[in-house]
Amino acid sequence: MKPYLREKKSFAFEDIPEDTCFEAGYLVTVNSGWRSRTPQIDNEKCIGCGQCYLYCPDGVIAMDGKTPVIDYDFCKGCGICAKICPKSAIELR
Amino acid sequence: MKRFLSGDEAFAEGIRLACPDVISAYPITPQTVVVERLSEMVEDGSLDSEFIHVESEHSALSCAIGASAAGVRTFTATSSQGLLYMAEGLPYAAGGRFPVVMMNANRATALPWNIYGDQRDSLALLDTGWIQEYAADAQEALDMAVMSYYIAEHRDVSTPFMVNLDGFVLTHTYENVDIPDRERVREFLPPYETENCFDFEHPKNIGFSAGPETNFIFKYKEHRAFERAIHVIKEAERRFGELFGRKYTGLAEEYLTEDADYVIITLGTAAGLCRTIADELRREGVKAGVLRIRYMRPFPNEEIARALKNAKAAAVLEKDISFGNAGTVYVNVAAALQWAGVSTPLYDFVGGLGGKDITHADIRNIYESMGKGAPRVTFMGIGVE
Repeated sequence: MKPYLREKKSFAFEDIPEDTCFEAGYLVTVNSGWRSRTPQIDNEKCIGCGQCYLYCPDGVIAMDGKTPVIDYDFCKGCGICAKICPKSAIELR
Repeated sequence: MKRFLSGDEAFAEGIRLACPDVISAYPITPQTVVVERLSEMVEDGSLDSEFIHVESEHSALSCAIGASAAGVRTFTATSSQGLLYMAEGLPYAAGGRFPVVMMNANRATALPWNIYGDQRDSLALLDTGWIQEYAADAQEALDMAVMSYYIAEHRDVSTPFMVNLDGFVLTHTYENVDIPDRERVREFLPPYETENCFDFEHPKNIGFSAGPETNFIFKYKEHRAFERAIHVIKEAERRFGELFGRKYTGLAEEYLTEDADYVIITLGTAAGLCRTIADELRREGVKAGVLRIRYMRPFPNEEIARALKNAKAAAVLEKDISFGNAGTVYVNVAAALQWAGVSTPLYDFVGGLGGKDITHADIRNIYESMGKGAPRVTFMGIGVE
């Protein structure tokens, strides 16, 4: 499941809680700013084995049936999916 | 009911009255008696608390933070090396706004190894976001064990609270102590209620991270809580006075400062001897006064400036030195004078490190030498100028 990103993002003084306690699941920002390279899936080579989905340390690869889908809002570009892919169907660019 | 108790025992009696839901502490001299008494009270059923045996002070505070995040009243206690071992958790509790109450027995920090009293442990951790109070006698220790919860848990404050007792001089000295009635303490201290806790019906993210856009705002809100705490401290003392008949004087306690030419500013038990000598000097025609700082955080800036405004000279007597500068109490008092534009010359006397006695002669010497020569730091009683 993709993390739930709130539409209302306010950094105004009164919108910041007094303590470090807030409704669960509240994300105010995507988290991929430090990615230097981006994994790209070649769907021609992909066999839908799901290894990239299982190994992704950040849980940003979902399986749409037999097709892996990467959530680039949260992918950090670590390259583990490319390394684990048995068909070399993922390339970091 | 009056009982003859040491500072440690009196504090434990105060905690029995405040009745924290969770106690997690690790014994260390000179705090050990507090933990022993509390474990006995839990064992004999006179204190209905969960007593968690932990393997270190780091765990003691971590458990207290976790329990506080479950929404219950918490207590821990430590001293010296133990407090330093807790250091990581101190700003954690403060930033999370968990109103943990801690008793700290002020003790020297190694090396050289030493178990006796000075205040270098808690003063080194002054910037961690905890309210810091320094008790001067066993009765104040007991009363602060109760009052600290009222202040820390107040919605306008939600800040952890450290009550400091001078090692041995207070923790192990016996005095006649009045123990308040349990029902009246219940009347004074409402049960802890907070939304800053886990809730199965409304899932929450507790203790989250905050990036550069918002982190600063959280820090400002912590600072603002200390400004609010000043009012809550006064309110707590007023209500406490009404119910128990004992008056406390807010952030500072003044003795003969109104017309004083020479004032000693100090923390904790040393104030008692200073008052005796101020009386003695008054009989000799010298207008001496004493200002005891009760709270190092929030700091009594206004009280200090007002008390020293018309003095000829003032001196800080402290069981601390910040190597390479003056003592931490001096630096704070000097800033209070600067804020208010008060130019009374201020001297710094470092005494009592590693438990060295502060004597009658030492304090007379402070009164006699303040105002002479340029302000400086003097290490008392070690044979150097």
